[in-house]
Amino acid sequence: MIKQFLKIEQVSKRYGDYTALDNVSISVPEGSIYGLLGPNGAGKTTLIRIINQITLPDQGNIILNGEKLQPHHIAMIGYLPEERGLYKSMKVGEQALYLAQLKGLSKSEAKKRLQYWFEKFGIGGWWNKKIQELSKGMAQKIQFIVTVLHQPKLLIFDEPFSGFDPVNATLIKDEIIQLKEEGATILFSTHRMESVEELCDHIALMNKSKKILEGEINTVKRNFKTNTYETALDTDNPSELEAALKERFEVHPATFKTLDTYLKLKITLDDGASSNELLQYLINKAKVHHFAEVIPTVNEIFIKKITDHG
Amino acid sequence: MDKLLLIIKREFIARVRNRTFIVMTFVSPLLVFAMIGVIGWLVSLNKDQIRTVAVHDESQYFVSAFKDTKNLRFKDFSSSPLDVVKDSVVLKKFYGLLYIPKPHDTIDFVNSVRFYGENAPTIEILNTIERVINNKLTETKLIEKGLDVDAIASARTKISLKIENFSGEKSSKLSNIIKIAFGGVAGYLLLMFIVIYGNMIMRSVIEEKTSRIIEIIISSVKPLQLMLGKILGTSFAGVTQFAIWLVIGGILMFISVFVLGIDLTGANPATTAVYSEARNLEQLQPILQDIYKLPLMTLVCCFFLYFIGGYFLYSALYAAIGAAVDSETDTQQFMMPVVMLLVLGFYIGAFVVIENPHGMVSVIFSMFPFTSPIVMLMRIPFGIAWWEIAISVFILFLSIIGVAWIAAKIYRIGILMYGKKPSYKELLRWMRY
Repeated sequence: MIKQFLKIEQVSKRYGDYTALDNVSISVPEGSIYGLLGPNGAGKTTLIRIINQITLPDQGNIILNGEKLQPHHIAMIGYLPEERGLYKSMKVGEQALYLAQLKGLSKSEAKKRLQYWFEKFGIGGWWNKKIQELSKGMAQKIQFIVTVLHQPKLLIFDEPFSGFDPVNATLIKDEIIQLKEEGATILFSTHRMESVEELCDHIALMNKSKKILEGEINTVKRNFKTNTYETALDTDNPSELEAALKERFEVHPATFKTLDTYLKLKITLDDGASSNELLQYLINKAKVHHFAEVIPTVNEIFIKKITDHG
Repeated sequence: MDKLLLIIKREFIARVRNRTFIVMTFVSPLLVFAMIGVIGWLVSLNKDQIRTVAVHDESQYFVSAFKDTKNLRFKDFSSSPLDVVKDSVVLKKFYGLLYIPKPHDTIDFVNSVRFYGENAPTIEILNTIERVINNKLTETKLIEKGLDVDAIASARTKISLKIENFSGEKSSKLSNIIKIAFGGVAGYLLLMFIVIYGNMIMRSVIEEKTSRIIEIIISSVKPLQLMLGKILGTSFAGVTQFAIWLVIGGILMFISVFVLGIDLTGANPATTAVYSEARNLEQLQPILQDIYKLPLMTLVCCFFLYFIGGYFLYSALYAAIGAAVDSETDTQQFMMPVVMLLVLGFYIGAFVVIENPHGMVSVIFSMFPFTSPIVMLMRIPFGIAWWEIAISVFILFLSIIGVAWIAAKIYRIGILMYGKKPSYKELLRWMRY
């Protein structure tokens, strides 16, 4: 059984008349990359602030590493907020040292680790520069280093890729994967669901202050797939073939990019029917250039989930 | 605790390293001294100027009474006709012409004396001339009535009231001036300190908000810790700056008095008043005695108590204002009541306390926490019962806890709010979260 590193139990938070979180429970398995997904205003940032003890919940419990959340836990958490910045007129090195010491590192230890990271990112010469002399991308590297420097067991990234340029985004992505391999648990929060889909093992969908879905990503996708296949066919008489297919299956036109003009279709099979049957049928009728199962994206699952609930 | 120290250290270093701070620390005492020097120089320039007044005295009775002074010369032009004198006064660029008609020819003599000049004469010169004519005229009238002028002069006495309270403490007009000066300086210092360093705290909170570092920081420390560290760090920077000002001021004073030999007192109206008063009474010794008689221990202790109390009370407000807004331009609306309270305290001290240090208004405002630091500091030199001070300090420190609690609530919410400037209504709502 996989240990749950972080457990949110029935947490609610209200701001006056506005309910930011309504009885939300999630559990994040140890060593996973967990995506907290949902549109703006769904309550993701509030939840993250509660985990970081910036805000207190009105109700509910947070269990971290088997213990009820306590002030000393902040040393175990690395947090990269959505609204992030650094002191503009402070020197890079001093600032990184200060922030590391606030997380509980000793000065000498912080210095040692900073040297390692600065070397790794090839920014050794920045130590005595002021933040205002750096570009935005450079400052983002420093922010990332500061977030992971104290080797937190739980890393929380709120909208991590917003504002990062593609080069830095890739760099950060690789670093995150490595941190996961080293045993860290990672919690992502984003409204751009496609940006983290490939990274996440587990996801929770949030909408209007409520959690509407949670689970291992493949399980979720399996539950939402409709036995639909996408295909590109080369045939002399496309309309005849399409009509023939429509008699046997549920068929919709599809759009995706191919080199030549083919007949592109989305074909949905009955539950329990095998893709091989369809493929065999198609091979006899046309030249199959493309055949793939349609796996729903998180975005599609989210939209379906919301529309299903009215 | 370690984190609080870290924050205090960072805030202190950030303030002290700031270029404006350095310039302010070292240049402003020089500027102040330069200004005093320039004013002193200008005043002395005026003093050295010798003015000549032509006197056309038709009876030639008054003219002998006009004695030359250091800066004022009188020239007798009584023998020439008035028109000729007028022309020559203009020609010779004299300061003016004094025309005195014959007293017995003129029915309304007192209103017939004329002063002609290019510009209106200074009050000082007018007073001198009026005094001379008055004296001469009074003397004449006394003699006419058959009175002995010398006897009257020797009988004239000048009284200086000695003031003593029922427990036997003596005081004087002079000691009242000293009391006002002590209280005023203490109150003014506190006011300046609050305005300068309160603003510094506010700006540094806004800076954390606009640079978006705030959320990174408060994921490591509690907002209250950050607020407290900021207030303390900035205060230490402020105390450092004040100490440097005192040292530089002392050195400059020493140089100017002992090395350059400049009489600085002449340029400073407040000290001039005390000095001239002292000269009038022909006693400099009582100044020192009066200073010793002031409740010095109480004054020093209370200065620190009220200084710390008043400063903390207001800096919590400044921090909350900084947290509530996004930029310095948005602070106006919230700054107004704060500055009004400060100024109110100072005006109550400057006008009401001096008139009546133990009156109802003085007592009430020396209890009200937002004005008590300034008003009470101004009252203490006049002798205040210890229990009155105790109640006032108690109310002040109780209010600090209350205000800091409210400020911390606004601060906690405000630092995470971006965009719209909140209204007072919204601030009230934040307090309830």
